[in-house]
Amino acid sequence: MAEVTHKLAIFRGLLKFKSNVQKIWGVLIFLSIVTTVEVVLGILKPDILMNYFLSMKLLNWIFIILTLVKAYYIAWDFMHIRDERGSLKGAIVLPLIILIPYLIFILVLEADYIFDVMTNGFVSWNF
Amino acid sequence: MELTAVEKEAKLWSGGQRPLNASYGKLMMWFFIVSDALTFSGFLVSYGFSRFKNIDSWPIADEVFTHFPFLHGVDAPMYYVALMTFILIFSSVTMVLAVDAGHHMNKAKVTFYMLLTIIGGAVFVGSQAWEWKNFIKGEYGALETKGGQILQFVNAETGKRVAIGDFAVSIPTERSAHKSSNGVWYQSEGSLPSYSLAEVVEGFESNDNLVIRSEKLDQSGRKIVLSRDDSLDKIENAVAVVEGANLIHNEYGNRLFADFFFFITGFHGFHVFSGVVINLIIFFNVIIGTYEKRGHYEMVEKVGLYWHFVDLVWVFVFTFFYLV
Repeated sequence: MAEVTHKLAIFRGLLKFKSNVQKIWGVLIFLSIVTTVEVVLGILKPDILMNYFLSMKLLNWIFIILTLVKAYYIAWDFMHIRDERGSLKGAIVLPLIILIPYLIFILVLEADYIFDVMTNGFVSWNF
Repeated sequence: MELTAVEKEAKLWSGGQRPLNASYGKLMMWFFIVSDALTFSGFLVSYGFSRFKNIDSWPIADEVFTHFPFLHGVDAPMYYVALMTFILIFSSVTMVLAVDAGHHMNKAKVTFYMLLTIIGGAVFVGSQAWEWKNFIKGEYGALETKGGQILQFVNAETGKRVAIGDFAVSIPTERSAHKSSNGVWYQSEGSLPSYSLAEVVEGFESNDNLVIRSEKLDQSGRKIVLSRDDSLDKIENAVAVVEGANLIHNEYGNRLFADFFFFITGFHGFHVFSGVVINLIIFFNVIIGTYEKRGHYEMVEKVGLYWHFVDLVWVFVFTFFYLV
């Protein structure tokens, strides 16, 4: 089998590794830091982050963004999407980033509507 | 006739070449992963749907998952799931190291890293089983109203949760066991909660320092605690004693929370379990030298893709069940 070449730079070329093995450990350290930050924030729950932004707590926004960051590095470096051709990259990523936000949008909006009906409607759900 | 590099690039999609530069097996694995990712996102989004629908009464995960092995009675929210997350990420790393060793045709290293991956996966599945056990067993117990609301008990002075076993009085009653001779033969005797409703209500009424904590959340996201008078009113509505959680009742709050917990972590745990089994098969194939003979370790790479995907899903499950 032909020698596989890996792209060894992460953070848009800010951090370059000498070998693929080194890059794997580097990404592990990065993922561990992100997870640790998440857990510490989840335990401390700082008061400043309890404010609402787009009807969700700032803290929850931070959790979701950090999760997406982790997902990116797992997919790009552990699953080697970074080394794939652009066409394959698109074939994998595009269906997901189009369909999933669409699904989230529909269902969360509907859930919010049902919540309004249940709180402000004439039928009591609280018995 | 051999094409030059420029011609190859221009005719990439005209046939005779591999425009995606990936083998059939790898492409199929990616197809599976994309469709499975959509399945999981369907589950997680429907969890989000139920949560936004009950946004003012959803259980607080920190209060549900508070156990750590060998630390009995210590309140340790999230530490154990965080540890599980690290274990799974680490087994992902050993997997990718095995793939890398496979590229260098290093059989010994592939074997070693595959073994570490399998151990990590097995530890993770075991931890998940332990989480389930604690969740099913429950901690404090609660009452359920006719409308399906959960009433939990706290000490009015300290604000700490009180287990129903600590205040329920004992009222001896006669109860005859259901026998197949006097009923439908396939209906077996169900299990009873440790305390009857009357015992819990009686105990509550005679303890002046107990109040009820409702399901509802206040502005800052804490559960609303009722006053003693409201509590005495509210307890009249109770219809059942709930201990622990299952698919029908859930002492921690909304039943949908338990349903989704069992379903999504169960589905993910099943993926981890199948991943461990597939890893084992590949591991033995590596040992007997199948891939050495074949000349490449692409099978390790394919099963690696699946394994990383399982890790990826856990990252999301961790966020939406335990953090958010």
